[in-house]
Amino acid sequence: MAEDNVPDTRPAPPATAVRLTDLTKDFGTVRAVDHAELVIQEGEFFSLLGPSGSGKSTLLRLIAGFESPTSGRVELAGRDVTALPPHRRDVHTVFQDYALFPHMTVEQNVGYALRVAGVRKDERRARAREALATVRLEDYGDRRPAQLSGGQRQRVALARALVDRPGLLLLDEPLGALDLKLRQEMQTELKQIQRTTGITFLLVTHDQEEALTMSDRVAVLDGGRIAQTGPPLEIYDRPATAFVAGFVGVTNLVRGAAAQRLTGRPGTYSIRPERIRITPLDDGLETAGPGERSVTGRITDIAHAGPHTRFRVRLDEGGDRLTVLRLNTSGPALPARTDTPVRLAWDAADAYPVPG
Amino acid sequence: MPSGTSVPSGTSRTGARLRLAALLTPPLLWLGLAYLGSLAVLLLSAFWTTDSFTSDVVHIWNTDNFRTLFTDPVYGTITLRTLGVAVAVTLIDALLALPMAFFMARVASEWWRRALLVAVLMPLWAGYLVKAYAWRVMLGEHGLVNAVLAPLGLTGPGYGLPAAVLVLAYLWLPYMILPVFAALERLPTPHLEASADLGAGAWRTLRLVVLPAVRPALLAGSVFTFSLSLGDYLTVQIVGGRTQLLGNVIASQVTLDLPLAAALSAVPVVLIVCYLAAVRRAGALDSL
Repeated sequence: MAEDNVPDTRPAPPATAVRLTDLTKDFGTVRAVDHAELVIQEGEFFSLLGPSGSGKSTLLRLIAGFESPTSGRVELAGRDVTALPPHRRDVHTVFQDYALFPHMTVEQNVGYALRVAGVRKDERRARAREALATVRLEDYGDRRPAQLSGGQRQRVALARALVDRPGLLLLDEPLGALDLKLRQEMQTELKQIQRTTGITFLLVTHDQEEALTMSDRVAVLDGGRIAQTGPPLEIYDRPATAFVAGFVGVTNLVRGAAAQRLTGRPGTYSIRPERIRITPLDDGLETAGPGERSVTGRITDIAHAGPHTRFRVRLDEGGDRLTVLRLNTSGPALPARTDTPVRLAWDAADAYPVPG
Repeated sequence: MPSGTSVPSGTSRTGARLRLAALLTPPLLWLGLAYLGSLAVLLLSAFWTTDSFTSDVVHIWNTDNFRTLFTDPVYGTITLRTLGVAVAVTLIDALLALPMAFFMARVASEWWRRALLVAVLMPLWAGYLVKAYAWRVMLGEHGLVNAVLAPLGLTGPGYGLPAAVLVLAYLWLPYMILPVFAALERLPTPHLEASADLGAGAWRTLRLVVLPAVRPALLAGSVFTFSLSLGDYLTVQIVGGRTQLLGNVIASQVTLDLPLAAALSAVPVVLIVCYLAAVRRAGALDSL
């Protein structure tokens, strides 16, 4: 399956950075990771996406070596490292709360991996400065971590993990503690650093937007199992399970009788809110085009979110509720009142069938 | 207009001050008069002298006692020996406390942690004399120590300087374990993981991450082990044989020559103040 996602333009099939084979981890009676199979190519920006308790952090800790699996195998760059302790693996981690050493300066923190590897002091300093420059903190080497802001600490943690160019960088919810604006800045910066260094990044996040915007490929985790692996658009457009459809983005999941009414077929379907057109019922202009499904209903809720407006519509037939997202582009605005009768229409192909 | 609760009026502020004064006066009196006052009197009496016939204290201002301390080599030897004992006890306790506290804080299960905490704290509930005499019995010629060592062809230290160091190290060990245990418990696990993640094995992590983190606690614990050893006089009397340390020399001089004993007792006070100043410079008192 994984080979399908690699473009043919690459000169040679890329080497494997991570290969997890039938990996399982139990904590007592709780199965945190359940028979995970995963292949990450060298140079990829890969995300593990899932809600808390889905096993994504445990998966990361298994790769870093902080946990040992109950069964299964972890391979890094083609080498079986399942039995190796963390310090024998060519992997560095950016921790959720950064885990900077408080008694060391920023420069000593960044140079730690080099110091442990026995690199001479002057070379250590030079390379620590260099790593700090990549995160735009070259003037902060003499400070202590306590004197830095959250965003700066985050970047120091990144520089510390990049200083000796590991084969794989693990990022455990690295942006979770930052405010929205800083988080978006760091997303761009992380992506750029990944591109310029060419190091394989494995990001753990519960934020689907973060995973979708930054990653080359995403694995969605559900209760310790990998529910789907693929490029962001594929995950969004063709969710493999109802869970993926609901977790990645917002969707209307219709099943049973509602599915029969709205799609004319049995099963479970995902209809993305932005794929549904909403128009006033009384303008008489809009009817269902070829290949389209069309229903009528009344607005029950309106939420303005700046660039778009979110409507909740109660359908006349069956009383089902659908969420509709409408971009606030120029053109005739919809009457922003509840109880307005409206017509909803979508391309039949946009009702995507999902198993279960 | 501000409400009465948010801005206290003049009278209620005075009332608060009075209440505070009433609350603090007894402990301040206790600290000032009973505690520091007695120390001051002691220091003052070091400048008096003794009638050599009657052994009565004579209130004549002089510095002969301090001159004796500096000129008679016996006192220099005793001071150095006492200092050596305090340093040895502190080092032994630090070396014992580190692995013990590490095991309790980071390795042991919840049950073991509690059991060990109780085991560490329990001896503190027993009387000091009881413990010292217990060691006297154990260190005796037919005591437990010799009985255990006999099959190995060894004999115990008997009574003397090594026995005094051993028993003092035993007595003050909890004061070292507890702060180190607290510091290790506070040490965030991700710090240890980050060190391993960046390529450091267990020893490197211990040296570069764990020891710097517990250094203030080690120094705080050493304040106890060092000063308690410096001032002790009963242990050395009970298991020290003929060993002379500052404590028991002072104790024996009290009845013979009180002013000299007072001058002698200034020595550990000065040493402890110097030690506290050094520890304070290292920033360890913040965690006390």
